[in-house]
Amino acid sequence: MYKVSKNIKILSFTLMIIGALGIAYGFYSAPKTIEQAKELVADSHGHGHSNDSDSHSYEEADHSDSKEGHSASHDEHLLHKLQNRPWSSIYVAALFFMFLSLGTLAFYAIQRASQAGWSPLLFRVMEGITAYLLPGTLIILVILILSAMHLNHLFVWMDPEVVAHDKIIQGKSGYLNSPFLIARAVFYIFGWNFYRYISRKYSLAQDTSSDISNHKRNFQWSAGFLAFFIVTESMMSWDWIMSVDPHWFSTLFGWYVFASMFVSGITTIALITIYLKSKGYLEKVNHNHIHDLGKFMFGVSVFWTYLWFSQFMLIWYANIPEEVTYFITRIEDYNLPFFGMIALNFIFPLLLLMNSDYKRVNWFIVMTGIIILIGHYIDVFNMIMPATVGDKWFIGIPELSSVAFFAGLFIYVVFNSISKAPLEPSGDPLLKESEKFVY
Amino acid sequence: MADKILHAVYDDDDKLMHAVKDLRAANFSIDEVYTPFPVHGLDKALGLKPTRLAILSFIYGCIGFSFAIFMMNYIMIVDWPQNIGGKPSFSFIENMPSFVPIMFELTVFFAAHLMVITFYLRSKLWPFKEAENPLPSTTDDKFLIEIKFHGDGKSLKAAVKKTDVFDINIIDNTDSKK
Repeated sequence: MYKVSKNIKILSFTLMIIGALGIAYGFYSAPKTIEQAKELVADSHGHGHSNDSDSHSYEEADHSDSKEGHSASHDEHLLHKLQNRPWSSIYVAALFFMFLSLGTLAFYAIQRASQAGWSPLLFRVMEGITAYLLPGTLIILVILILSAMHLNHLFVWMDPEVVAHDKIIQGKSGYLNSPFLIARAVFYIFGWNFYRYISRKYSLAQDTSSDISNHKRNFQWSAGFLAFFIVTESMMSWDWIMSVDPHWFSTLFGWYVFASMFVSGITTIALITIYLKSKGYLEKVNHNHIHDLGKFMFGVSVFWTYLWFSQFMLIWYANIPEEVTYFITRIEDYNLPFFGMIALNFIFPLLLLMNSDYKRVNWFIVMTGIIILIGHYIDVFNMIMPATVGDKWFIGIPELSSVAFFAGLFIYVVFNSISKAPLEPSGDPLLKESEKFVY
Repeated sequence: MADKILHAVYDDDDKLMHAVKDLRAANFSIDEVYTPFPVHGLDKALGLKPTRLAILSFIYGCIGFSFAIFMMNYIMIVDWPQNIGGKPSFSFIENMPSFVPIMFELTVFFAAHLMVITFYLRSKLWPFKEAENPLPSTTDDKFLIEIKFHGDGKSLKAAVKKTDVFDINIIDNTDSKK
């Protein structure tokens, strides 16, 4: 049995407190009125750290304003962007950490459904990580409800004023409306957490049972969950991410988001496994298991790049105005995070993990893992921020403290859950195979 | 100069693996093993050096990648500039995304083909080459260990007999040369 060490507790609470203070500061420093917003922008121009020469004309299209009163609506738009920043930073961090958990849950279900022989030793680590799914998804649900109550402007299509002037959003309003969005969110969240609850229950029951009926039931639920997951995950990515750019659409967006959460989830499993091993737990896990996780990190990183590029190249090549705005905003206003993320998510894992021997070296996996996690945080950042704050982005106090807050919560929930059950699933019929596993 | 060759035949890959481990533990050096399919872990049991083919495949991939860049730059930008996606810019870097599939394919093509050719050269395989395996049934269901030895090789035969062996043949090297 693992016991949560004092250091972990102190770390998680410190992160949460620092994060909460930073988030509060983010809200406090966001402008309340149009005058303050203008002042802030004038100020930042004075400091000269943003090189924007009003390149947010693409964003403007979303708000397709009536011809008169253009400048007034422009100012209001600016205010909304600046007010969105603390909200967006919370939303990005909440999504990212929820994805760690959801990606792990998908990986776990695949192991269960495919009856994988190498991974049962890691099941309790995975179950620990998926424990964050419930708080993580509920936080997202709360943010969505607050958005639907017009407390922020993350989703422009929730604003009836915008919809009234926008033919495209009007055409989508049968799907994109607040009550239906919340209903769908509740449906996904319930489904995922229900599977997580059931699977954990059978997994624990298998430890003490004399037959493998629990194992079989877990297999059936996992296979069913995967079918449910791939549909709801795709819809979740349209609802929670793609709809912040309500004019834009991409048919492989669900897969793209899935690749991102999958690789970050697998990376988290590797990092936590290596941490637990370094503390003397998980004696039976050896470098063969780490090697397999390393292979998945490598492979799914390449898969992510494949999807990222497939999405980018077709839109870039076809150059259709309503599609290409998405990438123009990102290349013009988000050049560094947009292209930097390719280096972090593709070049680094490709070169660092290509050699078979490096995948067996713990510190190599940890180093690459940290790079991958940073890269995929920036990926989520690039999905949300261009639509909500436009060119007024910066990775500053609100963003970093949101990450700190959710990291603290994540660490607390995950390690707490890992300490609740024996680290070895002793009743699993495939445990022996996992112990003897040679890559 | 070894003058005799012992062929120990096995009918199961597990038996072969155990025999290889036992014989090596008893300090006999195994010259060659013939199997109908790749036996997992046999290279480690035989103490073979890890292959360097992987390093070569990386180098070949880099060659293919560079060749693709050179080729696309020459064809599409230098020799006969093309209008790519309605954005004629006559610049390689601005049109690079449309060349990525070609760069990827040529990387894979070069790595795969050159690696196979290297493997054939290194294993001394070429078309119409006569098969070298001493027992044709090693392409079907038998596994064969080949050990060269001097003198009467009593201790070797005893060690081989202790393993779960299917058949033992001794071939006189000087005879077979004629």
